[in-house]
Amino acid sequence: MSSFTLISAALRRKKTRTFLTFSSVVFAFLIFGVLSMLQTAFSMGAEIANEDRLVVRHRVSLFQLLPQSYEADMEEIPGVVDAMHMTWFGGVYQDPSNFFMQSPVEPAEYLDMYPEILVPEEAKLRWIETRNGAIAGRALVERLGWEVGDRIPIQPTIWRQQGRGDDAWEFELVGVYDADVEGFDQTQFLFRYDFFDEARSFGRGQVGWFMVRIADPDRAPEIAAAIDDTFRNSAAETKSESEGAFAAGFANQVGNLGLIVTSILGAVFFTILLVAGNTMAQSVRERIGEIGLLKALGFTSSRVQRLVLMESVTLVTTAGFLGMVLAVGLERVLRPALAAYFPGLFLRPEDLLLGLGLAVVTGLVVGIFPARRAMRLETALALRRL
Amino acid sequence: MSEADPAGTAAGNGAAAEAMVDVRGVSRTFHRGRTPVPVLRDLSLRMEKGEFLALMGPSGSGKSTLLNLIAGLDRPTGGEVIVGGSAIHRLSERKLAGWRARNVGFVFQFSNLLGALSAERNVAVPLLLTSFSARERRRRVDIALEIVGLSARGKHRPRELSGGEQQRVGIARALVNDPALLVCDEPTGDLDRTTSAEILDLLVALNRDHGKTILMVTHDPVAAERASRTLHLEDGRLAECGHDGTIEVPVHEPAGAAV
Repeated sequence: MSSFTLISAALRRKKTRTFLTFSSVVFAFLIFGVLSMLQTAFSMGAEIANEDRLVVRHRVSLFQLLPQSYEADMEEIPGVVDAMHMTWFGGVYQDPSNFFMQSPVEPAEYLDMYPEILVPEEAKLRWIETRNGAIAGRALVERLGWEVGDRIPIQPTIWRQQGRGDDAWEFELVGVYDADVEGFDQTQFLFRYDFFDEARSFGRGQVGWFMVRIADPDRAPEIAAAIDDTFRNSAAETKSESEGAFAAGFANQVGNLGLIVTSILGAVFFTILLVAGNTMAQSVRERIGEIGLLKALGFTSSRVQRLVLMESVTLVTTAGFLGMVLAVGLERVLRPALAAYFPGLFLRPEDLLLGLGLAVVTGLVVGIFPARRAMRLETALALRRL
Repeated sequence: MSEADPAGTAAGNGAAAEAMVDVRGVSRTFHRGRTPVPVLRDLSLRMEKGEFLALMGPSGSGKSTLLNLIAGLDRPTGGEVIVGGSAIHRLSERKLAGWRARNVGFVFQFSNLLGALSAERNVAVPLLLTSFSARERRRRVDIALEIVGLSARGKHRPRELSGGEQQRVGIARALVNDPALLVCDEPTGDLDRTTSAEILDLLVALNRDHGKTILMVTHDPVAAERASRTLHLEDGRLAECGHDGTIEVPVHEPAGAAV
């Protein structure tokens, strides 16, 4: 028998109340876990962004096209190592709900730009040999049940083929890519730009945006300004920014997620402080006689204070831990199910640790006032409540 | 009493002449708002080791206040309280708590057991304050339960025990640290006549066979009859009672004098 026996006895005293408080704390931490996952999913682009990559897009919007010839011009700018382009294809595979990002790229340039992507050598060769060849991310391939060698028909919504009306574009899956960076989008479908450019019915020589690698990340603002200056007063002016800033701006199109998540969590934890705080205060109020008895038996005031504080920390921390475990379980279910929409949906270890730390702090804050009250109780007066 | 014998058998009833409790000229005043309310005034009391003393008196007479002072639960406004040779009125809060854990066993009107714990775990609660090994704790709990006749009920929860059995568990809890002094505040106040008699038998046995000094506050003259001496407290004054219930010697003791 130890002090924990007394703590356990106190928590089991009103089982229903303890269960309800425990459950509310579990759900609070489950919400914390889910919101942390969502925040990670939205901010992942910015987090895994390389400091040495810039995104160059049309100054008006991402959906305005730029001349492909800009690529060579940009590679002439001091500090630029390499440039490549991508274009939003926006086709539909079988059903609009099967959404995934598709883009024509120049294979060698793309793979150079994104060393995070892992493609088997054999697949690289097949991609270069096959005009309508495409590679797709592991998560996408698994979700749609594709296999290498499959013919993938994609219905155009923007880019129709010359002389073929609404006919589907037909690609051959020549490889599957993985990524060695957690959260990297593994739901992309990438096919050859030369095949796309020759076959499309309009916009030949026009691309969506450029990725530019620079030699010195510290010079990123300067180089971005130089790029924009190069194309100023042209028919297609550019806006250049770091990959991280671009991803963050993209995520913030749905609102300031950090502020939204923080506000929701603030409200949730404020409620938990009230709920659990009320439980602890009520519990101590009902046990004044019992606390007096412990003091009469020789428990010092500080020991009684510690017991009440440990009771609170035990309640909230156990519930918080369970809430985080449930959040991890939910992540295991949601991650594959929502991989198409939130490729970066996962619970980061630092968020797990933050949750557990938050549980301990919440337990202490919740318990501090009841514990002080218990400590200050005069033994003789408290015993009258027996 | 030795650690090997928590209940103790060394001293017999009234065998020793050394004072267990020596209260000298004690006063205790409470405050209701700014108004002082004196409850005890210049009161003195001496209890010998191994004595079983009953303290009677009407409600509000100060019985529990006196008991609290002797048990180290409260501090006097004036005077001295010496128990087992320790001037407990001078001890710090922390030291007083430690002193209570080692020297005083409490028995209350209601047993006040922790409902979620078994009888034996309730008995073991005071042992949390000791450094005894798990084995020694187990042994002490077994002995205490044996003394109160509940060896077979150790695993039972309080709700599975009768009122008398719960009070016995409370007494076992008071005994488990082998204190020299038992203070009992209305120990039979919540029990029927038969169960009260059983509890009183147990207290008498603890006093007679195990040498415990017992101070019992009670309203019940039948309970008081079982004590070796009865004092009556009224208007802050102590008086010796005869076993026929008559107050024999109304006295007001000057500071330092003993009853």
